[in-house]
Amino acid sequence: MNLLRRKFLKTATYVSATATVIGSGVLLPQRVLGAYNAEAFAAKDVSGAITGSMGSDQHTASDAIKLKAPDIAENGAVVPVTVSSSMSNVDSISIVAAANQSPLTSSYQLSPASEAFVSTRIKMAKTSDVIAVVKADGKLYSTTKQVKVTIGGCGG
Amino acid sequence: MASIKIRAKAKGGVTTVKTLMSHPMESGLRKNSKTGEKIPEHHITEVTAEHDGKVVMTANWSGGISKNPYLSFKFKGGASGDKIKISWVDNKGESDSQEAAIK
Repeated sequence: MNLLRRKFLKTATYVSATATVIGSGVLLPQRVLGAYNAEAFAAKDVSGAITGSMGSDQHTASDAIKLKAPDIAENGAVVPVTVSSSMSNVDSISIVAAANQSPLTSSYQLSPASEAFVSTRIKMAKTSDVIAVVKADGKLYSTTKQVKVTIGGCGG
Repeated sequence: MASIKIRAKAKGGVTTVKTLMSHPMESGLRKNSKTGEKIPEHHITEVTAEHDGKVVMTANWSGGISKNPYLSFKFKGGASGDKIKISWVDNKGESDSQEAAIK
């Protein structure tokens, strides 16, 4: 078969297959487990970040949440943060870096099978509080730790 | 694309999964030091973790997660040999996924 014709047919098949899938509604943006919340990530302040990712910024400090992060981060580009909690029915966890341009670094939607534990590495622009917000039984709890940053992690 | 490394271990009824992904995770805030132009945003936006076909966790990430992101999470259950699948999608629509067996 003529290569050009073959390529055209291949593209046409992909396009029509995708169109069919989109048309069938499977790809519709839905509030599914983990739907990307662009608004929350665009928030420039801590309150907006928490409200966006958790639905409200009313949270109570709790010592049932353990936030492990270095006292002094050698490299602001790679700050290891671990959030764990002994609470039951934890639905989601958010990690907020107060002084970042976009304070919400990440948000985790857990399933009933999940353990309330998440560990990752975040970027921190400068010394600030790292806030772990946990949603359990519909209520928000948090714990905060100040992490000192000697070399900022956001470049520039 | 082998951009995802997975290590999953089951112990005491809980499986711990550690994963490392290769990705530039550009926040869109950095500037190219030579040209002064902003390096465009290019980071993983969503990570989905599945155990035996069921989603156990979804992570939504901003450019505030470090380059070559590390992620660890735990879930109840899981036995040696079960399949763990990690998939990611980034803001450019690129994606990748990888499967591994629980040890």
